[in-house]
Amino acid sequence: MAEPSVWDYLGSQWSHIEPLMVEQVELIALVMVLAAMLGVGVGMAIWDKPGSGGLVIGAAAAFLTIPSLALMTLFLPIFGLGWTGTVVALVLYAQLPIIRNTVAGLQGVDPGVLESARGIGMSPRRVLVHVQLPLAWPVIIAGVRVATMLVFGISAIAAYVSGPGLGALIFTGLQRFGAVNSLNQAAVGGLGITVLALAFDGAYLLLRRLTVSRGIRV
Amino acid sequence: MSERTRGVSIELEHLTKIYPGVAAPAVDDVTMTIPAGEMVVFVGPSGCGKTTTMKMINRLIEPSAGAIRLGGVDVTHGNPVELRRRIGYVIQSVGLFPHMTIAANVGQVPTMLGWKKADVRERVEQMLELVGLEPSTFAGRYPRQLSGGQQQRVGVARALAADPPVLLMDEPFGATDPITREHLQLEFRGLQQELGKTVIFVTHDFEEALALGDRIAVLADQSRIVQYDTPRVLVGAPAEEHVEQFVGSSAHVRMLSLLTAREAASPSVAATRDIPAEATLRRALDELISGVPALRVVGEDGKVWGGLDFQGLCRSVARYFRDPENARTPEGMTIRS
Repeated sequence: MAEPSVWDYLGSQWSHIEPLMVEQVELIALVMVLAAMLGVGVGMAIWDKPGSGGLVIGAAAAFLTIPSLALMTLFLPIFGLGWTGTVVALVLYAQLPIIRNTVAGLQGVDPGVLESARGIGMSPRRVLVHVQLPLAWPVIIAGVRVATMLVFGISAIAAYVSGPGLGALIFTGLQRFGAVNSLNQAAVGGLGITVLALAFDGAYLLLRRLTVSRGIRV
Repeated sequence: MSERTRGVSIELEHLTKIYPGVAAPAVDDVTMTIPAGEMVVFVGPSGCGKTTTMKMINRLIEPSAGAIRLGGVDVTHGNPVELRRRIGYVIQSVGLFPHMTIAANVGQVPTMLGWKKADVRERVEQMLELVGLEPSTFAGRYPRQLSGGQQQRVGVARALAADPPVLLMDEPFGATDPITREHLQLEFRGLQQELGKTVIFVTHDFEEALALGDRIAVLADQSRIVQYDTPRVLVGAPAEEHVEQFVGSSAHVRMLSLLTAREAASPSVAATRDIPAEATLRRALDELISGVPALRVVGEDGKVWGGLDFQGLCRSVARYFRDPENARTPEGMTIRS
């Protein structure tokens, strides 16, 4: 029996695919909000501490080398099947680009601007929040964008531990490879993730447009 | 504008900065008084500690020893952030906040001090007008849309916005082109005379020091004060070779820029061509060289101070070199135009 076209598959299975796409979007959105809060927070804490800062960035980099399948399996006894382990793992994988860009952005602020900020009587906290953070913001957003792409790729693996999202289509498709629509199923899972990733990328451009001051927009 | 805060005196007492691991102090035992409302220029070669000395006054650099008093009040200890809000600060790189509008930049200190929004807005407009920038044109712009000279004007407006009694300026006009620099110097000189702030101005440019300072402190290594005097005394009677080097070989010519036509006027010289009483002798000499035998010195109020010819001009300049004490007389303190 000939394999039906992808369009036929989409048409017949849409009611099954759509919730997975929604889930995928929810997963990435949740992960990135948490990852950005954590990563930017850590970056703000370590940007001016070369010693401990180096350690943290080194740890985040080392973390990224752990195979995702292994990590999620390791998390199984702690978090069980489903969302929690997936979210924790993805948030951790997202840290390196976010922390590194936050640190680079905060360090990259013109020393003259910092000196005059202190010189006119801004408290260290005010300098960080009102001067450094807004000036580092485009660099931070770039880091979050990269992290998002990274997380999209890894998120497909989550299906292995019954995590949410389109990964489920890929895994099921592969498991029953050769059966009717198995290839379509895997392809729709993979393409779906790609399309959503591109949509997120577009959303970041919009976010950048809306949140970066006109004074420093390039 | 309503009541403005006038300058207060600044006293430095045995002010010293020693960096850990460095044997020689960066600033060694500086004691000096900057009178209220005067503009004092620290001039000296790069690395002599003039900027370090200045930054200890708003405690961007914490002194290792010694004391700082503003208007008689010791500010060596206590909250440095609050201290800095009462001291205007302008640096060479300007350091405007690029992500904020000009209005937000200028309004920064008043906002931090908790002024009402409407008051901040009003003050921002006053300040921009004060430094010669039309508020309706510039308030909404961003720093990168301004020229270097305009940015430095905004820097001065930002420093003055909360009406501090004291202003610290670290080579503020150093990065601008010569023509803009001269404009800014003249403007700022006028502004300072109008506002009566106490200003410490750091530069390595002796010309600038002469053009701006009520007094000049010539500094050498470790911020040692070689001579602290009015421009006239510095040029007429340099204390050491170090100062002579700064003055250079053209001391008499420099003195021309420091004296006014009024000071050289003599009742016995008759002339028809007029020159303003507050014009410098440099300008008077220029006219004399161009072929006018004598000039009539006339005040703004129309008062005739007398005539000025070449001999009178030479005598007047020579006086400060024969007897530098002349420069210390009250007349010697006349504000130059």
